[in-house]
Amino acid sequence: MQYLNSHLRSAAARFTPSRALVVAMILGPVVGAMLAFGTVAAQDANVVTIDNFTFSPKELTVAAGTTIKWVNHDDIPHTVVNADKVFRSKALDTDDAFSYTFASAGTFDYFCGLHPHMVGKVIVK
Amino acid sequence: MAKKGHDDHGQGLGRREVLECMVWAGTGVLWAVSGGIPHSVGLIGEAAAAEPTGFTFLQMSDSHIGFDKKANPDALGTLREAIAKVKAMPIKPSFIIHTGDITHLSKPEEFDNADKVYGETGVKIHYVPGEHDMIDEGQGKAYLERYGKGSKGAGWYSYDDHGVHFIGLVNVVDLKAGGLGNLGAEQLAWLEADLKGKSNSTPIVVFAHIPLQVIYKEWGWGTDDGAQALTLLKRFGSVTVLNGHIHQLAQKVEGNMTFHTALSTAFPQPAPGSAPSPGPMVVPADKLRTVLGLSTVTVVQGNKPLAIVDKTLAG
Repeated sequence: MQYLNSHLRSAAARFTPSRALVVAMILGPVVGAMLAFGTVAAQDANVVTIDNFTFSPKELTVAAGTTIKWVNHDDIPHTVVNADKVFRSKALDTDDAFSYTFASAGTFDYFCGLHPHMVGKVIVK
Repeated sequence: MAKKGHDDHGQGLGRREVLECMVWAGTGVLWAVSGGIPHSVGLIGEAAAAEPTGFTFLQMSDSHIGFDKKANPDALGTLREAIAKVKAMPIKPSFIIHTGDITHLSKPEEFDNADKVYGETGVKIHYVPGEHDMIDEGQGKAYLERYGKGSKGAGWYSYDDHGVHFIGLVNVVDLKAGGLGNLGAEQLAWLEADLKGKSNSTPIVVFAHIPLQVIYKEWGWGTDDGAQALTLLKRFGSVTVLNGHIHQLAQKVEGNMTFHTALSTAFPQPAPGSAPSPGPMVVPADKLRTVLGLSTVTVVQGNKPLAIVDKTLAG
């Protein structure tokens, strides 16, 4: 992606405005598709998986209003508990999920109430 | 380890021998209290054959009723096998101490199934909860309604039997982010008051789900304020600490204190740090029963060391 951006920039610098417009018209759908792909990726990014007694990703930064989903893939139940009691899941058995929508900004540390060495963090901006 | 314990049994297991046994092994434990000091007397069958002169009790742990994953699709079935061994013992244990995780998910039917099978032994069972027993909607209400009668706080209590003071502690509730097992200030204050007036020569047996000593911090195998409880117990001449949670045997002796963790009857867990996580360990089906089991403790009146006998379901 970084390579593509720099390539486009250097290419654009060599074009006249009219040529740039044509290039933009051609690239439009491509960029649109890339943006759409980005949205899908962002949705996936709002999932925290639990594997091997570990929250992954351990730290997640999202915009206010975002819903985060935790999914347990272990053969042992886990819980998702905020230390300040803002949210607390029930026990999540294998493949169970818990979702919480973060309405306002803040830093939300959480842990597993059964295995408290398992910790994670959500930063809402 | 199990073999060695057996060999030692005939000659009596000394402190030094116990110290040498500070290795992980897979079997069940029969405890004997001798001279007020519990000691291991070998595997269950052999211990029973030894006809201890004191009294015996069993430690059973981590039955995880409701667990049905790859590591053991039938945790209720293996509990039944363990209970069959108990029923077949020629000398009936005085009681059973269950060190927690009776169920896997604290569901009413899981507690029902466990009660039905344990009830077949016909002996009193003293429970303490594991973290898996406190995850109902009421966060422990289901457990306390069934087993909490006469207990304090989250389910701790003490009782006396054959001159031994038994203390059941709860270290699986109100756990702190990033921490280990937790007893809490209220329970520690209760423990201090409970021990007040007890003479130093009173043999003490303490049992709780998560090991009171830190066995492996990275997996949460220890209790944050466990050392405070052990400090309160330091003055006693004989202290035996029985735990579960880690689904494998660990024994250690420190001064007058003996530490022991029991096998599960449901599934084994890996040795500390030997796997990516402490999750259920899958072993070949024909090996499963060699890593599940129970323990017998014999308490012999007289000046003899504590006897713990571990027994696997395969034996």
